[in-house]
Amino acid sequence: MDSREAILERVRNALGRKLGQKPLPPPEPLLRVRYETADAKLTLFRAQLNGTLTVVPDAAAAGNAVEKLLDGQSAVASDHPFLQACGIPNIPGVTANPEDLRNTCATAGVGITSAYCLLAETGTIVLRACPQEPRLLSLLPPVHIAVVPLDRLLTNLDEMLSMTPRPVDSDSSAMVLITGPSRTGDIEQILVRGVHGPGAVHVVIVLGKTPPL
Amino acid sequence: MSAPDSAIRQTLANANLQLAIYSNTGRLKNHRSKAVAPDRFPEYQDLRTRAAAIKRHTLAFLDVYLLQLEHAVNDNGGKVIWASTGEEAADFIIQLAKDREANLIVKSKSMTTEEIHLNDRLAQHELETVETDLGEYILQLAGQRPFHILAPAIHMTRHDVAKVFNEKLGIEHDTVIENQAMTARRVLREKFLNAGIGITGANFLLADSGGVVIVENEGNARLTLSAPKIHVTVAGLEKLIPRARDLPVFLDLLGRSATGQPLTSYTSIVSGPRRNGELDGPEEFYVILLDAGRTKLLADPEMRESLQCIRCGACLNACPVYRKIGGHNYPWVYSGPIGKVITPQFQGVEKDPWLPFASSLCGACAEVCPVKIDIPSLLLKLRKEIVQANPEDRRYFRIWAWLMQRPGMYALAAKIGRALMGFNIGPLAAWRSERDLPAAPPKSFRDLWKQRKK
Repeated sequence: MDSREAILERVRNALGRKLGQKPLPPPEPLLRVRYETADAKLTLFRAQLNGTLTVVPDAAAAGNAVEKLLDGQSAVASDHPFLQACGIPNIPGVTANPEDLRNTCATAGVGITSAYCLLAETGTIVLRACPQEPRLLSLLPPVHIAVVPLDRLLTNLDEMLSMTPRPVDSDSSAMVLITGPSRTGDIEQILVRGVHGPGAVHVVIVLGKTPPL
Repeated sequence: MSAPDSAIRQTLANANLQLAIYSNTGRLKNHRSKAVAPDRFPEYQDLRTRAAAIKRHTLAFLDVYLLQLEHAVNDNGGKVIWASTGEEAADFIIQLAKDREANLIVKSKSMTTEEIHLNDRLAQHELETVETDLGEYILQLAGQRPFHILAPAIHMTRHDVAKVFNEKLGIEHDTVIENQAMTARRVLREKFLNAGIGITGANFLLADSGGVVIVENEGNARLTLSAPKIHVTVAGLEKLIPRARDLPVFLDLLGRSATGQPLTSYTSIVSGPRRNGELDGPEEFYVILLDAGRTKLLADPEMRESLQCIRCGACLNACPVYRKIGGHNYPWVYSGPIGKVITPQFQGVEKDPWLPFASSLCGACAEVCPVKIDIPSLLLKLRKEIVQANPEDRRYFRIWAWLMQRPGMYALAAKIGRALMGFNIGPLAAWRSERDLPAAPPKSFRDLWKQRKK
């Protein structure tokens, strides 16, 4: 008998269950979806975000805001259509959708992404791996900037899961919730930022009419 | 085996270590109690009840959820590997490393891999395995095991770290914590980008979507599961929960109970290799489901409760015993109250029979447990098992019973006992070395009773 069958049989024996016996239904999931106005969510997100928040009126202003945040540093940007709409690839020093993704991310000063959504209650950026937004952009550079339209700002994780019950599926291999910078307290519980991931996180929220995602 | 008295005495006598344990656990304990205070987190008690119920349910129908998980992982393009023992889990990874010619392996913090001594097993096959969590990395260089299930190097100071880095990495002696962290970033970044395999543990396994959930603050787990071509997750069978939608309940409890954070810096939910068109992420993905004794715990309806544990570490920080003796005086990788409950079950109660007795049963652990494991009751149950199996204890109680039935003999024994109270002999010596017996009153109760009757 291979380990698979052996383990399953041990589990069934331990539980006194028969092969193919139906389970009872699990307890109803608790999703505490709290709908808030956009203004309320914005206020909450600003208060919770462990990083800087810039709110701009439109896509054109987003490009300027990012340029200011970059302050001359080299940056690598994703191929997300919203970043293109904001003119991010045209900012001097920004490499968009690079040929050699890994090395570009490893040497760039800043990584620029959009986001799947933002969560107001925890100040969280949610990224979902997809062809336009690879994983390493928000991970290897020492600074992460996320440029996101206001309509992607949700109240909390529960609301996101009510809309996306499967965070990973045939379209995406990974979702990551980013709540502030990389940090460690492993030595004497003294907080150090940027130990492995970005040490600083900036979010630019774009108001006004934005293209659907 | 008896309790490691001399090692414990050394820990107690080491003032620096006492201060480190006490202040660090104290800080975590305070962060937790602030984070779950009713004014800040009114849902806390309700969520504990729900989390316990979800875990209980999942364990009760584990066979079904295991198969669901396997199905979902397959659908995502990954593969589930079933391992009855730690050896089987390690053998799979060793074979995989050989087949893919991957000699460098990066690892993020995982108690499950500590439990099966994965690094040692891999090292025997000339595979370099690098721990990447800062605390774990320091311990790996120092050749120590984790002191705390959440904060592994809680017992070390910046001076200890400077010494380890100086000796093992050949860098200048530097006691600035920021510089030490940046040294780790620099050295480990190189490893991440060159490793062939990344090994992580799992905080949760989502049966419905095949998702592996990994919670962390540093970003080393994200790098481990994103940079190398192969991602292997090693997880105990008990890590399952039914649905992604059950996650908020657990995430709300885990971060707060562990460090007082409503949500840690990074929560990764991953499954399967990179999808069509994705530019990075692993090309192969494996979930090793490990039994290694878990089905034995599952078979005992009372002890099964200990499989609900989500490894937050709150019971360690709350425990008056852990806060004095620290993590290395426990016989196995799991320390503190939860360690006392699961170690005897995994290793056999006869191996360290003293362990479930090393508790005052104060109940602080049960009070802070986010999934409501009744640790004191489980300890009592283990004690009962141990006493019933121990002929020596039974002999003492038989003598007691015999005396109780013979008043004359009992009175004589009591007299002898009174006379011996001033001396440190026999089994009393060990007990009295740490405690004071009140002096015996001049007259015994029996004597006083006789006097009154006159």
